[in-house]
Amino acid sequence: MRLRRNVHEVDAIAVPAGGLARRWRLGEKFIEGWIYLAGGLAIVVLLGIIVLLVKEGVPIFFDTPPWEFFFGTKWYPVSEPPTFGIMPFFVATLWVTIVATAISVPIGVACAAYLSEVAPDKVRETVKPVIELLAGFPSVVMGFIGLMLLSPLVQSAFNLNTGLSGLTAGIMLAFMSLPIIISVSEDALRAVPDEFRQASFALGATKWETIWHVCIPAALSGITAAVMLGVGRAIGETMTVLMVAGGALAVPVSPTEPMMPMTAAIASGIGNAVRGGLQYQALFAIGLILFVLTLSVNLVADRVLERQKRKFQR
Amino acid sequence: MNINLELTDKKAPVSGEVRMSTKNLSLYYGDFQALRDITLNIPENAITAVIGPSGCGKSTFLRLFNRMNDLITGVKVDGRVELDGINIYDRDIDVVELRKKVGMVFQKPNPFPMSVFENVAFGPRRHGRKNRMELEDVVEKSLKQAALWDEVKDKLGQSALALSGGQQQRLCIARVLAVEPEVILMDEPCSALDPIATLRIEDLMKSLAENYTIVIVTHNMQQAARVSDMSAFFMMEEDRAGILVEYGPTAELFTNPKDKRTEDYITGRFG
Repeated sequence: MRLRRNVHEVDAIAVPAGGLARRWRLGEKFIEGWIYLAGGLAIVVLLGIIVLLVKEGVPIFFDTPPWEFFFGTKWYPVSEPPTFGIMPFFVATLWVTIVATAISVPIGVACAAYLSEVAPDKVRETVKPVIELLAGFPSVVMGFIGLMLLSPLVQSAFNLNTGLSGLTAGIMLAFMSLPIIISVSEDALRAVPDEFRQASFALGATKWETIWHVCIPAALSGITAAVMLGVGRAIGETMTVLMVAGGALAVPVSPTEPMMPMTAAIASGIGNAVRGGLQYQALFAIGLILFVLTLSVNLVADRVLERQKRKFQR
Repeated sequence: MNINLELTDKKAPVSGEVRMSTKNLSLYYGDFQALRDITLNIPENAITAVIGPSGCGKSTFLRLFNRMNDLITGVKVDGRVELDGINIYDRDIDVVELRKKVGMVFQKPNPFPMSVFENVAFGPRRHGRKNRMELEDVVEKSLKQAALWDEVKDKLGQSALALSGGQQQRLCIARVLAVEPEVILMDEPCSALDPIATLRIEDLMKSLAENYTIVIVTHNMQQAARVSDMSAFFMMEEDRAGILVEYGPTAELFTNPKDKRTEDYITGRFG
């Protein structure tokens, strides 16, 4: 604001056009326009996706009322008449997410605490990038690992008919959401001012007490955000759950049953769906629900992170 | 030159009972020697001030007494630091127990981002007091001792970060008192506070000195003159290692310094 006013003042005095006259910088304008365009495009595409989801998905509710759609336990898209109840998928997603969270949160936070509070700088500087690299692991590879390595283990450990279950999928998802949980939690812990640790030590608290009673509570909002981001990843992950969750259509009562989470239902069904048909619409509606779910998780995480940032600025 | 420092008429003369002491103490950060051959006795139930120019190792020296320097990698200590005649750098000394006996108040008020109550209860909780009633008693007693009770008794559940700077620092003192220490170390406790808050802390220090042994590092010579019974003047040598130049009763050190360097410093010729 001030800068601009100064420019006007300079104009007003009418400086000789020597060095100070305003210049028309074409390159600058071009880059500015390019950035606007790119940003605008991203927003347009995002809005387009939402519009598409709504347009293709919502019409199912004219055929199947929302009540039946959400709480129906039968998904028979090709029988006559077809029924579209997504309860089995929804519960499956719930189970897989719960398993993934129950495993990844304690491990992830403990690992973050180790990296931030205990590990020597050298260890942290090597381990953290490696962990973050794991986030880029192709999910189909994770699915393959789950299929070949984990599912036989789960099968024998729980004495199941098949090792392909929500539990197996949940464990794989836990590994896949660990990198983001560790990385974001570690950032949150490192943002805790050192004064708090000093005060805690000076009061005679041990290292463990300091981590547990001072650092983690102080970083709690950041850690919460990390968990949310991890959960968001678990909800949205498709390929791995498609490969290892088992794909059963019944409402799963236990995580050790084979099941089909929402993402897997879309991925496996969309190939057979007639474009614009009822099944097609139903799958889009599932997509819309997933979108709303992950969006709200991410929004909450974002808000929480924002609060964390402000927390220590007194 | 008249140095014009307000010297309080000291109440009781220092009893002379030694509470803590250092003997031929040197400290190194890696290859750099930060303190050289310091021998000094800290009397019981009195305020000992450590003064000197920036970087002369005052804070490092203070942190010897509760072994806070241990947290920094590469620190090496030579010589003895004693609490009641026991070398606290002995291998079988439990640092947790030591820090219970020797509390510390920091330069910048650093209450935890918790409620006022939880801040004060933090130490007792860590040391095994879980009973709610008992904790309430300790918190009240400590806050009263720190002259903060009347101001916060209605907001014990509120965030400590909402208090003013001076209140936060008194809260930090209450937090230390709740652990029931014997010695309290203060590292420039008023440097982040306004003059009124500073005076309140100084009054508090004086009243605490009746029951506690206090060591304070301060930049502010008037403060040292106002509150302390004993003063130690530190300086840097050529190689930037801190040395103890002069140590004695505050009144003497400020009015009749024996060392030329002390005189130069307190009259403001350098530092």
